[in-house]
This record gives sequence, C-alpha cells and structure tokens, in this order.
Amino acid sequence: MKPDKILLDHGSGGAMSHQLVIQTLLPAFDNPLLSTLHDGAVIDIGNGSRLAFSTDSFVVDPIFFPGGSIGDLAVNGTVNDLAMCGAEPAYLSVGLILEEGFPFSDFERVISDMKAAALAAGVMIVTGDTKVVPKGAADKIFINTTGLGYIQPGIDVGPSRVVSGDRIILSGTMADHGMTILSRRENLSFSGPVQSDTAALNHLVKKMLQICPDIHMLRDPTRGGVGTTLNEVAGSAAFGIQIDEAHLPVKGAVAGMCELLGLDPLYVANEGKFLAFIPSNETNAVLKILQSDPLGKDAVIIGEVVADHPGQVVMKTRIGGSRMVRMLTGEQLPRIC
Amino acid sequence: MNYTNGYRDPGIAGQLADRIRRISRRKVRLMEVCGTHTVSIFRSGIRSLLPDTVTLISGPGCPVCVTDQRDMDAFIALAGFDDVIVATFGDLMRVPGTHSSLLKERAKGSDIRIVYSPLDAITIATENPYKRVVFPGVGFETTAPTIAATLNLARDRGIHNFFVYSAHKLVPPALTALMALPEIHLDGFMLPGHVSVIIGAGAYRPFVARHSIPAVIAGFEPTDILLAIAMLVEQIESGASHLENAYSRVVSEAGNPKALALLADVFEVNHAAWRGLGVIADSGLKLRKSYEAFDAEQAFDLVIPESFDPAGCACGDILTGRKLPSGCPLFGKICTPEHPVGPCMVSTEGTCAAYYRYDNDSGAF
Repeated sequence: MKPDKILLDHGSGGAMSHQLVIQTLLPAFDNPLLSTLHDGAVIDIGNGSRLAFSTDSFVVDPIFFPGGSIGDLAVNGTVNDLAMCGAEPAYLSVGLILEEGFPFSDFERVISDMKAAALAAGVMIVTGDTKVVPKGAADKIFINTTGLGYIQPGIDVGPSRVVSGDRIILSGTMADHGMTILSRRENLSFSGPVQSDTAALNHLVKKMLQICPDIHMLRDPTRGGVGTTLNEVAGSAAFGIQIDEAHLPVKGAVAGMCELLGLDPLYVANEGKFLAFIPSNETNAVLKILQSDPLGKDAVIIGEVVADHPGQVVMKTRIGGSRMVRMLTGEQLPRIC
Repeated sequence: MNYTNGYRDPGIAGQLADRIRRISRRKVRLMEVCGTHTVSIFRSGIRSLLPDTVTLISGPGCPVCVTDQRDMDAFIALAGFDDVIVATFGDLMRVPGTHSSLLKERAKGSDIRIVYSPLDAITIATENPYKRVVFPGVGFETTAPTIAATLNLARDRGIHNFFVYSAHKLVPPALTALMALPEIHLDGFMLPGHVSVIIGAGAYRPFVARHSIPAVIAGFEPTDILLAIAMLVEQIESGASHLENAYSRVVSEAGNPKALALLADVFEVNHAAWRGLGVIADSGLKLRKSYEAFDAEQAFDLVIPESFDPAGCACGDILTGRKLPSGCPLFGKICTPEHPVGPCMVSTEGTCAAYYRYDNDSGAF
C-alpha cells in the first residue's frame, strides 16, 4: 500500500525506509552498483584499483549533544560508511544548508568540530557548497557529506561474502547515541550519564583488516539499530542469523532509560559501532585486536550466521527461550504504561 | 547483582519452567490481561519454554487497543481545531481512526506533540497561552492517577487552556464483561501488576469469588511471569480457584491510598465503550463536575464523523481471546505495523504487533 504523504517513519531507518529504497529509489536509479545496497558503492577504476563512494545527510536535533555535535556526526558518518566498504577514507565533500538567523557562533562551532573530526579520521575536506534558506525552510543547519576512499587489493568486504558459520562481532555497547539524542531532545529529567558514541571507525577497521584481510562484511548499525541492520543482512539471503541476548552489550544507564520508555536497545541508533562478520577461525584474533583499542574495548561476539531459518534473525533470550528479531517498524514511540 | 537482572536469571527461569512442565497435565488456556505481560512474554521467549499443555491468550489489557473507535475519532477531530495542540503519549500516534490517524494529521499540519508525562502538557499549555492544549486520556488505573495529579496541578495553578478527553478504563469490570461473552474458554487469569499496585489485590476478590476462576497477580520480569504461570497451573491441577499475589513486593491488599484518593477526587465512575467488549457499565472514568472546566468533551463542540471499525479487522475478537492474530485474514498480509488496519497491530503492547514482531509460528513469515 502506497502512502499519500511522506511520513517521519520513512526516515526511521526501519522497514518503511527500506521500502522507500526498494520500491521507489532502486527501480528509478537501477544499476548493479546501487543494487548491492551496501553502505557505499565500490567502483572499479581499472588496473585492479577500487574506490568506495558514499554519501550521508545529517539533520539531527539538537545539533550539540553530550559526546559530540552535528559536525562530528557529518564527518564520522561518511567516514564510517566508507570504512564499512573496507575502504580507507581519503576525501570528503561538504554541503551546508543553513537557516536564516542561525547564530554565527554556533556555525563556527560546528565547523570547528568538523575540522577536528576530519583531522582525527585522517580525511581531507576538499570541496563543498553552502546554501542559506529562509527562516523555517530548514532547521538551523543541515549537512551533507560525500566521501571517497581507497580499497586495498585483496580486501573484499560485502554482503555477498557472508556465509553460514561466520561469527558476528559487535564492536561495543548499543543505543548510546540514540538515547543521548532522545534525552536531550525531550529534556528527559530522568536520563542518566549517557553520551553519544560518535567516532570515526576507519582506523580500527584498518587494524582489523591487517590482522584479518578476509573479513566478510562490515556494517554500522546507525538508524534502526543492531536489530534492523541484522535483518537487512539476513534479508532475502540463504542464511539466517542467530544472536544471544545475554551477550548484547548495553550500558546500565542506557538500559535503564530504554526500560522506562519501553524502547528496545536493539532498535536504537549507534554512531560509533560496527557489526563485523568474521570467518569463525579468525574470530579470536579479531576480537583481541578490537578489545585492545579504546573504540572496541567492549567488543563481543553476539551471534553467528546459521544455515537454519534463512532470512530471519532469531535471538536466544536471556532466560533460555527464543524469539524473532524483526526489522524496526516505524520510529519507536514511548508507550503509555 | 543488578535489580532487574535478578528477575531475569536463567537458572531461576529454568527451574520455574521445569516445574511447569513437571506439574502440567491438563490442557489449559491462561489469559494474560495486560499488554505489558504480552510483550514481556514474547520478548523473553517464554512461550518457547512452556509445555504444549499451556496456552497463553492475550487479553484486553492494551489501553490503546481497547480505545473505542469513536474516542480515537474524537482525538483526531480535536487535532483539527486551528487553536489546538494535542499533547499525547506516543502510542496513540499511529492508531487508525475511521478516516485518519494522529500521525497523518501531523503530516498534514496539525500541531500534535508527543509527551512523556501529562505534566509536559501543562508546560506546553503555559508556554502557549493563546492555544488550547488537549491531552487524550487513555489508560487504565495505572495511568489515570498521573492524569488526575496533572489536573489537580492545573486547577491549583489556574491554568485555563488545558483539557483532558477522558477515555480511561477500569480493569475489574472488563474481566466480568469478558466472562459473560460466549465462546470464552479460560482456565485462569494472569492479572496486571501495574494496575494492581494502584487498586490492590482486594479489588479482584469479588470477581474471583463470583467466577471461581484461578487468578494470580504477576509482575513483568520473565521469572515473575513464569512464577505466576506455575502458580496458576498448580491451582488448576489441584482443583483450586482463588486469588494469589505473585507480585507482593509492590502489590498490597489495599493498593496505593494516595493514588486512589487522587482518582476519587478528580474522576467519577462512568460507563465506557470498549473495542471488542462494547459498552460496559461502571468501567470508565469521567471528570467530576468540579473539574468540568478541563473536560475536553464539554469545552469543544466536537463534530465526529460516523465511526466504524475497519472492515475485516478482528481486533475485537483478538482482544477478548476469541481469536489469535493468525486467525485474522488481514494479519501480516494487509495489516502490518507499517500499514496497520487495527489498533492491535499499532501499539507496542498490541497483541497483533507482538505476534508479528516476535513470533515465528504466527504465519506472518
């Protein structure tokens, strides 16, 4: 059924976003690079050289929050999308859409955050564009970044490589970013010491690829969270995914907020975490490398790829039962009781 | 040990599940009345631990789901006034009315805001003195006291632009109405913990005595629920039928006197229309005369187009345990969380949404 208007759910990163891509965007722009539905396109530029190419837009409200700002997110988001293609991010473009009346000091603060994030990630912002729209036509500042990165020979990270038996590593705790934004946006008086996990993951991914060039796939579970990302991977594949609830890492304060609001951390956004699908015999080496890095210190194996229940994500619950994990359907909304 | 993790302990859960498997002989149908129970049962995978003899049936305990179509249409109609801000809990946003939903009305330009507490609606009213702020009052005895406290505050502060449309409902009368329905075959009730904190265990005694049916008040953690199931099965196997309290760490015999006093101060008991159960005498709460200035039904000239339930939707039968979601022809095909036809597919606590999200035997896959 086609809705007659775009709803916020179309941007939630869940099932409706997925439908928008599959039913409207993919048929319109159809080509083999796009249809892989990876975090970025991998372009063969001849002589065996490959580039990863990705774009992302940032409209977060509030623009400043504990742990970062829209500026950090805009750099890290695209850097991470490139890293998830197995690439070493190199160049970014920046498109700025500014609302008339946006305080100049805030603008400078965002730009300064972008500068610092680019430096930390080791990327150069090499081209850009700025537009100003009348008050009310945008909300303070919207940022688009597009990035290019190199893929080293021998690296092939992508959905088609996932096979039954792969172990699934989550690089750290879930839901930190989403709950931080929610608590700030809604001024939740009961929020604990939560902070966004926004970070560039490219250096960590590079270290991991040096140890294990055969990593099968990488994904950053941003909007829609770990639950939705795993479903995108299982999707129409010939394998299923099995995860273990007892191993899912969530910080205490974040878990508490989720409980109070009736939200499932499996579906809350992350901005500095990835899911890695690793050949089982390489798992320990990869885990060791990850855990030795501050960004991966909480990395754990959360599950594996299985031959059973193809296309489905099934979770062994903490008390020893089992249940389905489906794609997020619409934004999670706080419940009545 | 973390407080909640103790109640999610796999060892204790395993022992309780073993006990249920060991003692259960008869085939039984147990109703968990509360939507929070339904979700907790699914999320923790309790069904996969139970023997075939025990069937869990979800009841009319999702406040969003039992909200009558006409009340939903009233909320949507209120959002249509130019000077109105509707401040609502999130779960109501997607519930389809006869012609629209609050989410669609917001996309069309109505001012509808999600709040986390009714007190936030007071703040919105204070910040927008030239607007009228309406809070759709949906919920059971658990939610109603906070609305009562909010109305109390609004009166004390002399706020004139805040209104509540009260569609609050009471659980015990619904249980009685449920037992009177034909084709209801239930062997026991798992009673709602949160509601019981407010009304107390004593509130169910007349019902349990009249119907001679086993009933256990249950908490919401996996081991709370398994304990309540074990107690129900034990009662049934031994031929007993009485009220037990498996949530005594927070539920007392008399309930919460402060909350009950607030309820009595602000609301009076009234008949109410329930989806699936129809109009039930003395099962709702309306604002008392002393609070009528805050009553949206009095303050607004509401023109509500004729309300009717969506064609083919089995929410009424599902809420009363007469059908499982898989018995609804729309389930998982036409009716999905992205395109819900009925409220049971919308609310996080709705039975259909829970089966759709968590169950692999529901036929949705």
